[in-house]
Amino acid sequence: MSAALAARGLGKQYGRRWALSDCTLDIPQGRVVGLVGPNGAGKTTLLQLAVGLLRPTAGTIEVLGRPPSDDARQLGQVGFVAQDTPVYSALSVADHLRLGGWLNPRWDDEVAQRRIGQLGLDLKQRAGKLSGGQRAQLALTLAVAKRPELLILDEPVASLDPLARREFLQLLMAAVAEHEFSIVLSSHLVADLERICDYLVVLASSRVQVAGEVDGLLATHRRLIGPRRDPKALAPDLQVIDASHTDVQSTLVVRCDGPVHDPGWTVEELSLEDLVLAYMGRARQQGSASDRRLGVLR
Amino acid sequence: MIRLSWRQFRAQATVAFGALAVIAVVLAITGPQLVHLYYTSVVPCRAQGDCSVATAAFVGRDKLLQALSLVLVVVPGVIGVFWGAPLLARELETGTYQLAWTQSVPRKRWLAVKLGLVGLASVAVTGLLSLMVTWWSSPIDRVNADPFTVFDQRGIVPFGYAAFAFALGVTAGMLLRRTVPAMAATLVVFAGIRVVVERLVRPYLIAPLRIVSAVVPPGPGNSPGNAAAAAPSPGDWVLSDQTINAAGRVVGQDGVIGYGGGRFGILFSPAGDGRMTLQGVGLCPNRFPAQASVAPGGGPSAAFSQAAGKCVTRLVRQVLAYQPTSRYWPLQGYELAIFGGLALILAGFSFWWMRRRFA
Repeated sequence: MSAALAARGLGKQYGRRWALSDCTLDIPQGRVVGLVGPNGAGKTTLLQLAVGLLRPTAGTIEVLGRPPSDDARQLGQVGFVAQDTPVYSALSVADHLRLGGWLNPRWDDEVAQRRIGQLGLDLKQRAGKLSGGQRAQLALTLAVAKRPELLILDEPVASLDPLARREFLQLLMAAVAEHEFSIVLSSHLVADLERICDYLVVLASSRVQVAGEVDGLLATHRRLIGPRRDPKALAPDLQVIDASHTDVQSTLVVRCDGPVHDPGWTVEELSLEDLVLAYMGRARQQGSASDRRLGVLR
Repeated sequence: MIRLSWRQFRAQATVAFGALAVIAVVLAITGPQLVHLYYTSVVPCRAQGDCSVATAAFVGRDKLLQALSLVLVVVPGVIGVFWGAPLLARELETGTYQLAWTQSVPRKRWLAVKLGLVGLASVAVTGLLSLMVTWWSSPIDRVNADPFTVFDQRGIVPFGYAAFAFALGVTAGMLLRRTVPAMAATLVVFAGIRVVVERLVRPYLIAPLRIVSAVVPPGPGNSPGNAAAAAPSPGDWVLSDQTINAAGRVVGQDGVIGYGGGRFGILFSPAGDGRMTLQGVGLCPNRFPAQASVAPGGGPSAAFSQAAGKCVTRLVRQVLAYQPTSRYWPLQGYELAIFGGLALILAGFSFWWMRRRFA
């Protein structure tokens, strides 16, 4: 089976700035993929490249085995909920369902009507008068009733309050259980993704920092605490992601494929949030280091 | 896709075609009255001879026409600003393009349907209004017999203006991605191009006809200069009325040569040795008589006039450039082609840009 999303050396440049660079990814189908990274990391750029709203500057991207293209079949296979969940504010909820039916040959009107009914949305309500949470639910309904094979959501809950956030994610998971599509979901908050994702991609400083199954990532990352020492002097199978030192003590986040045998370390498991923060911290340090190098060159 | 476009456009379309229907009813009622009046007041008096009073009274009834002409002049611009500019700009500004372009309808089809439906409505509204106004005002236009002054308010050119204004609005919205700046840009550029075409392009779409004639200076009794270089028929469009010297250089406009004011108020100044200079042109080739240039009754003497006439005939000619009335419809056709062509180019550009800018 082809990958849900496969990128090779993918990059997108705006003016002189690279919003995304050298992105190589292979996301299998049938997963709920969390794309996490700080604001401005390139998440939106990556997702818009995936749905064909942007065109890559470098590299290639394939979605469900084919490059995103402007043809009806490819468009019908991918559902998209854009950042801030835009809807037509002058059109009513019912109009939105109608337009979904007009524009999508595989439209499932029964699913759409049922979801709107469950949400308690008034069909005659204008979309511009909906609350942020209701608007997000409407946008999700449009994307789900299209019956996609891959559903891509760009920060769908970023502007929602905690209750609406939880409700949205619950309904999203219910939809996955019912319709069995792959999901790629971006957020700058790990907490949003932790409950629902089984695959994680960390994007920071416009690059992919790490990608993999959540269970696998948690099993291969550890926090080591011990007397202060140089991280370079570690066993070769330990890859240091993040290191912090006090006068007497070193705290490392490492990637290791097997158990850590060195008795000098106290070994702790990592939460997903710690893992993500470690990779983001590394990206920031590398970013500032390269900035310093550039400063010297100038 | 057509249903969605119609759903988004139907309120505006209803207003526009509703207004058009109201205007159509008013014109359908008053039009036949006007024709009747033409045949009962203007035609009989023309048969009898002088009828300036009757025609003035008839033409003075065109208050409604003035209002309609104004509407017809601004409608294409209004369409460009309110239908063209927001078409893409609003989608791009509010982010709904991300919703629209990720449904199962390819983007080029989305754009084609939008451009087709709203563009067609733009052309239809303006064109129908123009045809109605042209029909209704035909008796008045016949009396005025001056078709070129209402060139852009009659016939087929408004179709082209509407198509161009709409395409311009769409393009501006696509490039600027914001509704209000796109509206402003559309208005400014559209008005600018209309003026440029009217002043610099329309007169020369077909090479103007020219009438070259001799200039006759004021004769004895200081009579006014020759007016032979007037348009051959009253409805013709006079582009320029120039005086040129033997070398073809323009030395005067509209009957003013050198410092001599008025129509051919020609001035001579003595250049010594019995020679005269035609002011603003040069030295006369012939000699002037030595006797007094002023006749006993005031005004130039016969001998002076004769010499002056000889000098003027040798030195300058009058050239009148004009478009005859018979070219009215060919010129309408060319101008329609220009604006229609510009609209098609802009539409093609918007497809190209959409493919280039967005995947």
